[in-house]
Amino acid sequence: MEHLVQTLVDAVSVGSLYALTALGIGLIFGVMRLINFAHGELITFAAYALLALVGLPVPVMLFGAMVVAVALALITERAAFRPLRNADPTTLLISSFAVSFFLQKLLILVVGSRLKGLDFLPALGRQIEVMGVRLQLLQIATILVSAVLLVALTWFLRSTRLGLQMRAAAEDFRMARVLGVRANRVIAMAFALSGVLAAAVSCLIVVQTGVVQPRMGLQLVVIAFVGTVIGGLGSLTGAALGGFLVGAASILLQALLPPDLRVFREAFVFVAVALVLLFRPQGLIPARGLKERI
Amino acid sequence: MNASVPLLDVSGLVVRYGAVTAVRGVDLAIGEGEIVSIVGPNGAGKTSLVSAIAGIVPPAAGRIVFAGKSLAGIVLEDVVAQGIALVPEGRHIFASLTVTENLLLGATVRPDAEGVRADLDRSFDMFPILGARRRQPAGQLSGGEQQQLAIARALLSRPRLLMLDEPSLGLAPTVVDQVYGLLGTVREGGVTILLIEQNAERVFGLADRVHVMSGGEFGLSGTAAEIMADRRFDAAYFGVHMHETASDR
Repeated sequence: MEHLVQTLVDAVSVGSLYALTALGIGLIFGVMRLINFAHGELITFAAYALLALVGLPVPVMLFGAMVVAVALALITERAAFRPLRNADPTTLLISSFAVSFFLQKLLILVVGSRLKGLDFLPALGRQIEVMGVRLQLLQIATILVSAVLLVALTWFLRSTRLGLQMRAAAEDFRMARVLGVRANRVIAMAFALSGVLAAAVSCLIVVQTGVVQPRMGLQLVVIAFVGTVIGGLGSLTGAALGGFLVGAASILLQALLPPDLRVFREAFVFVAVALVLLFRPQGLIPARGLKERI
Repeated sequence: MNASVPLLDVSGLVVRYGAVTAVRGVDLAIGEGEIVSIVGPNGAGKTSLVSAIAGIVPPAAGRIVFAGKSLAGIVLEDVVAQGIALVPEGRHIFASLTVTENLLLGATVRPDAEGVRADLDRSFDMFPILGARRRQPAGQLSGGEQQQLAIARALLSRPRLLMLDEPSLGLAPTVVDQVYGLLGTVREGGVTILLIEQNAERVFGLADRVHVMSGGEFGLSGTAAEIMADRRFDAAYFGVHMHETASDR
């Protein structure tokens, strides 16, 4: 019983991390039809910001990670993606790979490719007992942080003018602009929000793994991207759900598969993904009315 | 037309898409409070003309002056703040957003939250069906209701000029009557209207002046009565129209 609850909490916490990552990708895809693989580098750079700020008070480190991720998101938008705004999605996709590789190699050039240990918030590694079940504090924290961010993002999109404009732009960008919605502002806001989400994921991952390395973000993003696809590209609810399912499934498979097969758990996850796409090619929650982007 | 300076003054407008010239040197002047209609067959360049005025496509040549100010070089999202609102062909309502959210987006450029609230209530008076469905996703509305929503949304920017591109497209005749009735009310509110229609007979009861467009140019121009009386109209308009319709199929 205890093991079951522990596994479920683990699955929910890992699922939450992938849901946050997938949301960051989904936000950008919504307004720009860009699949931003460079989202991974936002996560990586935020982690290196933590590393650079070691020794300072924790709130300063968290704030620094967020500033770096948001600034990097805005810089990549301005320098790489804005000039291509009217290009087709394939061009955008390829340029996002280019940005991703460029940032990764830049990081390797500056700090080297070896992974570095970073003992961030070790207190979260403690076990606590909840109703007779011992759980890791970090898992609870991950679930809480994700829930707070999800609620905050939903509130922003539903209850603010800019949020409404973002939802309108995601559905029909040209019409939104005809009504006076500023393309630059909406897209910059989407990138800034994706930076905040990336920073949160980054901090949680660093606490969990205790290491920082230049490829850490890309690995997360590839899995989360698969999540956005099975969730339904263009739908934020779909992205969150898809990311969550892929993350949770890999943990559950790890726990449920016979030991011999555990090394193949990724293969099982992707078979499940292929099956979902076979029966629901538009994803679990397809986006309504994907219109031409301007 | 008023003897004073026109509200909208378009001269020598040319719109090109690559090698294709869609609008070939059109002059169009609309006085404050007028309803001017442009009719013509599919592919005549009507939508290209309003798209250029709305800032969606940059003109290749010519001038667009609105309320005494040139619109040259103005970006798409700034046009509505000048006082020009567009109800595009196909309506382009935001299907996943509620009726109220669609309407609020119409007021994007307005800073006066109080005034927007009041205008929102006024839209619900003017378009009762929208009031009844204010919390529903706009995608659940019927075609005629969506057209009303698109018009109400455009009006929420408090435009001086309302441009409608084929508002009767895809609607049942009785629904079209209803929409046209609403346009009469809009005019009484002091809004100048530029109305694009393929369906020429429709506009004759409403428009002060009519331009017949084909091949990217204005052919006949005059009051509705003059156009109807002109026997060239049949040849210029319906001749091309029937020919194009036949070749479309």
